[in-house]
Amino acid sequence: MPKTLFDKIWERHIVTMIDDNQAILYIDRHFIHEVTSPQAFNGLTKRKVGLHNVKLTTATADHNVPTINQDQPIKDPLSKKQVDALNKNCADFGIELYGLGHEKQGIVHVIGPELGLTRPGMTIVCGDSHTSTHGAFGCIAFGIGTSEVEQVMASQCIIQKKPKQMLINVNGKLSKGVSSKDVILYIISKIGVAGATGHFVEYAGDTIQSLSQEARMTVCNMSIEMGARGGLIAPDEKTISYLEGKENTPKDEEWELSKAFYQELYTEENAKFDQVYNFDATDISPMITYGTNPGMGIKIDESIPENTSNSESFKKSLNYMDLQSGKEMLGMPIDYVFIGSCTNSRIEDLREVASFVKGKQKADKVKVFIVPGSQAVEKIAIAEGIDKILIDAGFEFRQAGCSACLGMNEDKIPPGKYCVSTSNRNFEGRQGPGARTLLASPLTAAAAAITGKITDIRTILNN
Amino acid sequence: MEKFIDLKSTAIPLPIEDIDTDQIIPARFLKATTRQGFGENLFRDWRYNREGQINNQFVLNNPIYHGKILVSGKNFGCGSSREHAAWALYDYGFRVVVSSFFADIFKNNALNNGLLPITVTPEKLHQIFSLIENDPNTNFSINLASQTFSQPKSGVEISFDIDPFKKMCLTKGMDTIDYLISQKESITQFEANHKIY
Repeated sequence: MPKTLFDKIWERHIVTMIDDNQAILYIDRHFIHEVTSPQAFNGLTKRKVGLHNVKLTTATADHNVPTINQDQPIKDPLSKKQVDALNKNCADFGIELYGLGHEKQGIVHVIGPELGLTRPGMTIVCGDSHTSTHGAFGCIAFGIGTSEVEQVMASQCIIQKKPKQMLINVNGKLSKGVSSKDVILYIISKIGVAGATGHFVEYAGDTIQSLSQEARMTVCNMSIEMGARGGLIAPDEKTISYLEGKENTPKDEEWELSKAFYQELYTEENAKFDQVYNFDATDISPMITYGTNPGMGIKIDESIPENTSNSESFKKSLNYMDLQSGKEMLGMPIDYVFIGSCTNSRIEDLREVASFVKGKQKADKVKVFIVPGSQAVEKIAIAEGIDKILIDAGFEFRQAGCSACLGMNEDKIPPGKYCVSTSNRNFEGRQGPGARTLLASPLTAAAAAITGKITDIRTILNN
Repeated sequence: MEKFIDLKSTAIPLPIEDIDTDQIIPARFLKATTRQGFGENLFRDWRYNREGQINNQFVLNNPIYHGKILVSGKNFGCGSSREHAAWALYDYGFRVVVSSFFADIFKNNALNNGLLPITVTPEKLHQIFSLIENDPNTNFSINLASQTFSQPKSGVEISFDIDPFKKMCLTKGMDTIDYLISQKESITQFEANHKIY
């Protein structure tokens, strides 16, 4: 029977089957961070066991860290305690840690790929739902809870049932001003926030192939926002050239063997999927969300839809956002712009924003902050003069971390304020109690920063 | 993990769809390093207003409703993988969550913590909401061995699905980590032949 890419990877990681459904699945790389690991470490201590294969775990501090003055002690005592606990646990258990201040520190889903720790054919887990990001390299990568973090620490394995599989094909040429973020927001708006629950998604088609390796990460990153366990894309020459020479990428003879292995990682013709969707890239416009889940997205020049099914949840959502059905989003004044998060904080995102912003000024009343995904990204941005372009435009150029994506640190959006955000979730209170999030691409966010309102980037680019 | 003990309880209705884990437990309360105490901040921003006063409109603050069962709209637990959501529900006193649909990671997290997620059809969910609305003191019985959720007086008897392995873990209060540690021999054997490229 022809196999999918997912089947191939899954099968070579089954240690044994517990019963007809549940597999003991071997994990090739485990990423941990300060928020979802302390209870797992407590568990290990209580059991008096260490990590089964400590070399396969990598730690960083990202969720809680401040994005200014990172050289100084963390002010929030609870955040400090959590980051300190990570430092201590990693030291006690012998785990490689890229902690606050380390040159390799950054958002866990940004540093994995840039260090070459994320590679095709791997199984990767992390106590964070956006672990799906790593699927852009052709791996099975998914978010897990803390009990599962402890499972992996103790045994390098996880007990999992094989999910169903979904294929999403996107074909056609994207218009100018339309990015991979718009592609995934469009897909989620069509499939819905629960449309892929129980499934692992493979993204394919010439549009997906045309995306850069980093842009593919943005697509896979948001797989969880339609309920999918994860998303993956078959590796190709772009993937290989992205990885070549990275710190942890195999070298010399091993690299040749690895490349041969990667070339076998594709879905065979006529392989079976439980569900298939086909989308036309020419129908995709810059997208914006208007509600409180990522499925509530529209083309930027559309009006907010009617509540046709008279849903209480829809009413509650628009009430929270203080928006009404029929209202146009274009021209709506906004208060904040946040460019960052594991969705859109890589160097290509920053370059794209800088090239648009160069020589322009942000709107007076808008506060704009841009947070690089890692220290490495920050370093490249500075070397290329991107920081200066952004600062000249009135943006705050911050230090690496998850920041206002989830507001665990000081980077919060005040109650009632509208924030155009390149992050992945517009849930109630996600960016701070009462904050109103409008998800969009880095370009759309940059355009809003300059004009102070929701703007169709195409009208600027085409002028 | 504590064993799941069959229960008979009233239920609390929360007929909202797509309740994400940020609502169940907002990120700013994830800074603890132990598993205890999250119940205090369960549904924090719905239970309290921004000034920290109790929101009387919210169902958990309505004394008419009480019990160990939470009944919610579809796609409960979507979003973040934070297990703190399951811990918060358990710590608050819930032992069962009923919905027509659960997000995958939440479901796993719940099952790993002795919190039973029960999936019912949208029609049955609607019926359960109506029963609670008509009489908040309606008692529901949950029997894990027979996989039934029932309310004998109104003739409700729903069988629910649960993965056999997860059922065994809940029934025995079995610890999956100890189980995996007991499999070390086969894991080590597997590693000897497994290459990471």
